[in-house]
Amino acid sequence: MTGLKMPEPDQKILARRNEIIQALKKLVPGEGVISDADEMRPYESDGLTAYKQLPMIVVLPSTTEEVSRVLKYCHNEGIKIVPRGAGTSLSGGALPLEDGILLGLGKFNRVLDIDFDNRCAVVEPGVTNLAITHAVAHEGFYYAPDPSSQIACTIGGNIAENSGGVHSLKYGLTTNNVLGLEVVLVTGEVIRIGGKHLDSQGYDLLGLMTGSEGLLGVITEVTVRILQRPETARAVLVGFSTSEDAGACVAEVIGAGIIAGGMEMMDKPAIHAAEEFVHAGYPLDVEALLIVELDGPEAEVDHLLARVEKIATNNKADSIKVSNSEAERLSFWAGRKAAFPAVGRLSPDYYCMDGTIPRHQLPLVLSRMREFSKHYGLRVANVFHAGDGNLHPLILYDANEPGELEKAENFGADILKLCVEVGGVLTGEHGVGVEKRDLMETMFNQIDLDHQQRVKCAFDDKGLLNPGKVFPTLRRCVELGRMHVHAGKVPFPDIPRF
Amino acid sequence: MQSTFKPETENQVIDALSMAISEGCPLEICGGETKRAIGRPLQSQTTLNLTNLSGILLYEPEELILTARAGTRLSDIEAAVSEKNQELAFEPADFGPLLGQARGKSTLGGTLAANVSGPRRIRAGAARDHFLGVKAISGRAEFFKSGGRVVKNVTGYDLCKGLAGSWGTLAVMTEITIKVLPAAEQVVTLLVVGLTADQAVISMSAAMNSSCEVSAAAYVPAALCDRSSVKEVSASNASKTLLRLEGIGPSVDYRAERLSELMAPFGATMRVDGDGAKKIWQEIRDVTYFADDLTTAIWRLSVPPSNGAQIASAIADKISGTEAFFDWAGGLLWLSVPEGGDASAQTIRGFLDPNSGHATLIRASASIRAAVDVFDPLEPGLMALSKRLKENFDPTGVLNSGRMYSNL
Repeated sequence: MTGLKMPEPDQKILARRNEIIQALKKLVPGEGVISDADEMRPYESDGLTAYKQLPMIVVLPSTTEEVSRVLKYCHNEGIKIVPRGAGTSLSGGALPLEDGILLGLGKFNRVLDIDFDNRCAVVEPGVTNLAITHAVAHEGFYYAPDPSSQIACTIGGNIAENSGGVHSLKYGLTTNNVLGLEVVLVTGEVIRIGGKHLDSQGYDLLGLMTGSEGLLGVITEVTVRILQRPETARAVLVGFSTSEDAGACVAEVIGAGIIAGGMEMMDKPAIHAAEEFVHAGYPLDVEALLIVELDGPEAEVDHLLARVEKIATNNKADSIKVSNSEAERLSFWAGRKAAFPAVGRLSPDYYCMDGTIPRHQLPLVLSRMREFSKHYGLRVANVFHAGDGNLHPLILYDANEPGELEKAENFGADILKLCVEVGGVLTGEHGVGVEKRDLMETMFNQIDLDHQQRVKCAFDDKGLLNPGKVFPTLRRCVELGRMHVHAGKVPFPDIPRF
Repeated sequence: MQSTFKPETENQVIDALSMAISEGCPLEICGGETKRAIGRPLQSQTTLNLTNLSGILLYEPEELILTARAGTRLSDIEAAVSEKNQELAFEPADFGPLLGQARGKSTLGGTLAANVSGPRRIRAGAARDHFLGVKAISGRAEFFKSGGRVVKNVTGYDLCKGLAGSWGTLAVMTEITIKVLPAAEQVVTLLVVGLTADQAVISMSAAMNSSCEVSAAAYVPAALCDRSSVKEVSASNASKTLLRLEGIGPSVDYRAERLSELMAPFGATMRVDGDGAKKIWQEIRDVTYFADDLTTAIWRLSVPPSNGAQIASAIADKISGTEAFFDWAGGLLWLSVPEGGDASAQTIRGFLDPNSGHATLIRASASIRAAVDVFDPLEPGLMALSKRLKENFDPTGVLNSGRMYSNL
């Protein structure tokens, strides 16, 4: 690891490893406890493969009851817990701890209830994102958020990370599509939040749980909203000779009141990599390529496509190509969807970033990024969810070259700091995890972070769930609870009263 | 003696909270006071009124965001975004008339603190889904921020969600960033005439499950139709099932035709265009059918849509004088019942499955609101967790304490 500090392992817990294994085997019978180093190897990292750590023990429960027993035991014994879905996180959210158990939810893989009358599905957290869509597709429905890892990533992990996807401007992130949860708190207590109705009573615990990165509770059941598929979808591929023109085109499309189902931009290095990889028919002589997808009834799609074409022409588009068949539409997307592996072919390793910026700052951000690229001597390719300003720079490096990983990480940090500087944020959809943990202070001051941690304290005051993630320093809840009051002092003479 | 603070700056809010903490003087937090009569009555002697903390600070139509101070009137925000053909897609209700107040006084802060959404909730999400960023002062008199000014953000905990619907019990919001969206070019409402409540719920489900992109679905029984100012709704002594389509002209026309075909087996349909098509939904949104007689108790029930008709009819059988209409395709029931006793709290809640629905007493006299749970009682585990959250944000209980639940 390059300079990443995780919480100091608790030697007393490590010394009790054998005893803990035996206790856990009683709580999760069968094949549910793994303690052999070789067998634990698949769990040593997630999608952020630069960081690796074997857990103390892997536990794979298959019922809410088992999860509850394990958490209660760990809570009593002061053992740390790292929850894990499919391990596709790109921010290290499921990175194990040396003195912690890794709680894998992969056995929670059943679809429990499909309720078309109420347009929702109840599933276990280990069901993959795409499997939800498959389970409801026969009635023309789908689950809207579509992170690019949707074939592998689980809905439990999607909720932990509040995952997005290429359609999130129109259809929302995970948080806008979840109706209910069953959650096991760190004490082993099971709570239910929401259900098949909208807007639960009391505080919005559903909203707080979504995107909490495994630090608040373990999800054991999920109710999600499902939608009827749009009748048709068509895409238009537009090439521009400058990214400024492409950005102006996006702004004008949105300004004209058009919310596209998807609106993606790629820069020249990404276009070339994708075209060489999948031969999507992308123009190679342009600086920026925009894919705009419109979905809905055919009459609407045709009408809006004509408007988008006109706006593109007004913004100096070099080339415009409208999909005339489903196969052609899919081929437009094939290049974009393969952009990461395509860029991966150009270099032994790549590092995928995930900032969001106010869209009008794109030209400035791209030009500064070119300067960084020169400074670090590393190439960068950009794919961009243009509709919502979510930028994915892919930094190319070679991990076998001494110092290159560190350079790539510094380059990435510079990009994210730039995103914050121009009014954006550190992460649009990948989460903070360990990766962006130490950058949190560029966006939040200590008081901001303290208030976020107070949510953590309400759920897990011993800090046993997924410590070392999200917060640069995990402060003790006792310390956060103190309040300094100077009784009797009234330092506010100028408050208007009447 | 009652006193009111009207801070004009964030620092003055901090000062007011510091005083409240050091003198042990709980505050009632409010904006336009349109929803002041919702919730348990407060004993507080001191009011913190945010209406002088107002003004739109940033509006970037092409970025789909707007930032305003919490006390900004919603009507001012709606006017500003409408100039750019945009809107607040969550369609916030104005409960002023329902609660005996003037129209147009509600503020952005109050709207989010109560998570108030309207008929489009089923398609576009609730207020909380459009709440992107916040600056606020907690019950520790500490100023903090969360979220951002971009529409896609997962950096740190989503405290906006925590504050939405918290009724001012966790922090005083001072500045709010919301997502704004293009307003539809055309609005059409399709009426299906003469359905029973059961048929209406089935037809609304069929409409919602089609690809017609219905943006709102409501049912008004025959007995309430004459309270509408829209002639197509008040005409004929028959119930109306209302389905709204929004978007660009050619798309709306096409979908209206398809939806009429889909609804044909249920009953005769009628298409309403223009101002009437919009007015229908303002009445549903603001519950104006129950705004003329202020003496009844009003309940708002959120339930699984397919259970709506059945729950409403079970309640009406038990409580004579019940009037009801449905929004959210049957998922939102608005009930008017005689005010006596506990305003029928126990009877009404008895018909709800605690894991799939809740009932809120939106209108009742202060004495009833002091005696019955205005918000649905929480399961012990959820209550304990909510209490820990409250204690972390407002350890001395100076912020609207007791407004939602006696111990929050």
